[in-house]
Amino acid sequence: MSLSFLLLAVAALCALSFYFGRQRAVALSGGRYSNLHSLPAHYGTYVALWCGLPALLLLFVWHTFQGSVIEAMIIADLPAEITSDSGQLSLALNSISLIAAGNGQHLTVSPEVVDAGRRLANLQSIANAALIVVMLCGAVIGVSLSYRKISPELRARNNVERISRWVMIACSAIAILSTVGIVFSLLFEALHFFSKINPLEFLFGLEWSPQTAIRADQVASEGAFGAIPLFVGTLLITVIAMCVAVPVGLFSAIYMGEYASPKFRAVAKPALEILAGVPTVVYGFFAALTVAPFLRNNGAILGLDVSSESALAAGLVMGVMIIPFVSSLSDDVMSQVPKSLRDGSYGLGATKSETIRHVIFPAALPGIVGAVLLAVSRAIGETMIVVMAAGLAANMTVNPLQAVTTVTVQIVTLLVGDQEFDSAKTLSAFALGLVLFLVTLGLNVFALKVVQKYREKYD
Amino acid sequence: MTDMASLMEDRAAAKVISDKMHKPVDWDSPKIARNIKKRYAAERRFKIYGLSAIGVALLALFVLGFSIVSKGYSAFFQTYIQLEVHFDPAEIDPDRTGDPAVIGKANFDGLIKQSLRERFPEVTSRRDRRDLYGIVSGGASYDLRERVMENPNLIGQTRKIWLISGDDFDMLNKGYIDAEVDESSRRLNDQEIGWYNALVEDGAVEKQFHARFFTSGDSREPELAGIWGAAVGSFYTLLVTLALSFPIGVLAAVYLEEFAPKNRFTTIVEVNINNLAAVPSIVFGLLGLEVYLNVMHLPRSAPVVGGLTLALMTLPTIIIASRAAIKAVPPSIRQAALGLGASPVQTVTHHVLPLAMPGILTGTIIGMAQALGETAPLLMIGMVAFIVDIPGGALDPATVLPVQIYLWADSPERAFVEKTSAAIMVLLAFLILMNGLAVYLRKKFERKW
Repeated sequence: MSLSFLLLAVAALCALSFYFGRQRAVALSGGRYSNLHSLPAHYGTYVALWCGLPALLLLFVWHTFQGSVIEAMIIADLPAEITSDSGQLSLALNSISLIAAGNGQHLTVSPEVVDAGRRLANLQSIANAALIVVMLCGAVIGVSLSYRKISPELRARNNVERISRWVMIACSAIAILSTVGIVFSLLFEALHFFSKINPLEFLFGLEWSPQTAIRADQVASEGAFGAIPLFVGTLLITVIAMCVAVPVGLFSAIYMGEYASPKFRAVAKPALEILAGVPTVVYGFFAALTVAPFLRNNGAILGLDVSSESALAAGLVMGVMIIPFVSSLSDDVMSQVPKSLRDGSYGLGATKSETIRHVIFPAALPGIVGAVLLAVSRAIGETMIVVMAAGLAANMTVNPLQAVTTVTVQIVTLLVGDQEFDSAKTLSAFALGLVLFLVTLGLNVFALKVVQKYREKYD
Repeated sequence: MTDMASLMEDRAAAKVISDKMHKPVDWDSPKIARNIKKRYAAERRFKIYGLSAIGVALLALFVLGFSIVSKGYSAFFQTYIQLEVHFDPAEIDPDRTGDPAVIGKANFDGLIKQSLRERFPEVTSRRDRRDLYGIVSGGASYDLRERVMENPNLIGQTRKIWLISGDDFDMLNKGYIDAEVDESSRRLNDQEIGWYNALVEDGAVEKQFHARFFTSGDSREPELAGIWGAAVGSFYTLLVTLALSFPIGVLAAVYLEEFAPKNRFTTIVEVNINNLAAVPSIVFGLLGLEVYLNVMHLPRSAPVVGGLTLALMTLPTIIIASRAAIKAVPPSIRQAALGLGASPVQTVTHHVLPLAMPGILTGTIIGMAQALGETAPLLMIGMVAFIVDIPGGALDPATVLPVQIYLWADSPERAFVEKTSAAIMVLLAFLILMNGLAVYLRKKFERKW
């Protein structure tokens, strides 16, 4: 609430400074705008930018560091017996923040922690007040400096345009920043993980059971972090999904592009696209509550033992989700095959299907391979369907009727709920995330290269 | 292969014939006729494959929609039980103060139990009585309190009042619990079904429109759970997403399309945008967990963190759509503006952006629709908590519609299945609305230059 209020206040200040900057320029012009270098509105924008940008920049920097600085201050004041143990420390920090938020009455903690909680609340309110003061100072200094600079000779337009150019560049750089952020945050935690677990054991181990003891006195298994069963499970579900999506997607693209009447296309194409717009959580619900029981019951009739969390159910539904993806991409590449190839084939007396199979499809094959690779990367990264419909136990099997687990399922189960941020269990999720990111990135780069090369061939 | 082979065969046969006889090809020969017949059959088969592929996809869509609607439509109605409630002054307001604070603290639950005991006086044992109290939901007492607070004259009277039923009886009334199956394998025992039948004979069971589903937050009791809390959480999350991704996306698109020189920086940005569009959503969740929660210490489960995470995900969509829209504005307009003395920035802000705006808005709405349906990254940043209160701002703990669906889908109670399906119907309605708006904008402002 204070944040939105702050932003509103900054916006109001900007509007005011625009008004006064413009007024001053008008007053200086002596009624003739041609005396000014730029339009009056440019002078107003100039002052408004100098009001808003410093304030927003300060706000951003402040919020980036406020949390960690205050935490460091609190930790520095805690007694050594708490700070020496990471588990105790995180527990203490949790209680401290609860006390600071006023919800700690029921906690039984040492007086140091209660004091620290009070201190945290105190520090937070000081920090918020200080932020307001700092932001206002920044805005006021910016406004007063720029307001004083206003004169008929000031090149306000050029200044404004230079600033807006830098703002635009900063906005474009966010794309780079988020990639860098992803790589660093995954790499940082994954390296942390690999300092505890051998990377070779992670990549080639055959057993996955990440349930380690949280407290020293708990009885739990040792914890095994071999990711091969997860890779096998992911691959199995992806293969099932592709078995559905590739033929159906490809044939529907062919029918839409070559046979369908415009009327049929106008109805069927948007209908197919609806499949792409359905949220994945809906597919997950459908897989878990409709498809899986259906397969289970029918399997029982046939005498097959189908697990209620079978890979087949998740894979089939994921395949349905990917159909429109395959179909629109392959429609794209097939429509790019030059008309001359098609006409040549017809001229030799080939029928439509012969032309498609022997001329268009081979010519479009690289593009279609690229499309399928993109679809594979999407299937590997898909989360909600497998979280809801696939299992949790890491079985090493290629039997589609049994339950398997995938990389994404494990990331979700490891990170949802209570976590302790130093255990191998939590960190392993980031290692899995890193593998997932690298594999999908590699597939995408490769697929885009293939598609691009193919495009150049016919351009 | 066989068709091409048979086409070749046709030609080879024709050549042999014409070589032998030194005559033109006899296209009416039985062999060629057979071959053509074969090829046409293959053509028809191929066409049928294509049509059946579309049929499979549409069938999947239909089954998906049908299974959700058929499971979910009943959640919009809720079973109510009519009971004769005596508003006992001794219970509600013993001293006749008329003070709302006193009335608010009264034991309305006791009143309902009392009237249930009066309705079924034959039930005496403790265990049976506990079963009996299950007929009416635990939330009914709040309704009763509200009624009395609104109209204190009720105190002392005896009225017939419709009370919200417990979830098991609701399921029974909707036909999800089969009274025919063995007693041990259903949620309600024979005695409870007997009470229910007695109430039905009195005409004291009725299905009413379930407004609470749209107005209340989450609850452990299926009959009291609603989607309003999640809808408000979704609203705040999308607000943050929009506030960040729209200006940043449009400015980045303008820079890349209108100002960027062809250099290394521009190439890196373009490659990055294309790759970000293909990064699995859960990886963005890991980024949000690490950067926003562990480094910046923003509050867990808050819409602001969800919005920040989803903003990074929607950026590529908005940038790509905006670039396409800006590219579609013909260069002659830019040249005219520049020729009249406008600066490049003025050209863009006064002419190019307004003309590209419909396309940019279409892309933005589609990006927002994606963000509305996104679940996985929000699980990572703790928006899966069980939250009863309606969030009052972007910093309060909240959940969003898709996550609410995920949470309910995990609940064991049978009654949550219909709630989940109904919540999915609401979510899909929003998505259809947004996409419809995008299509309308595109149709309305589509312009051929």
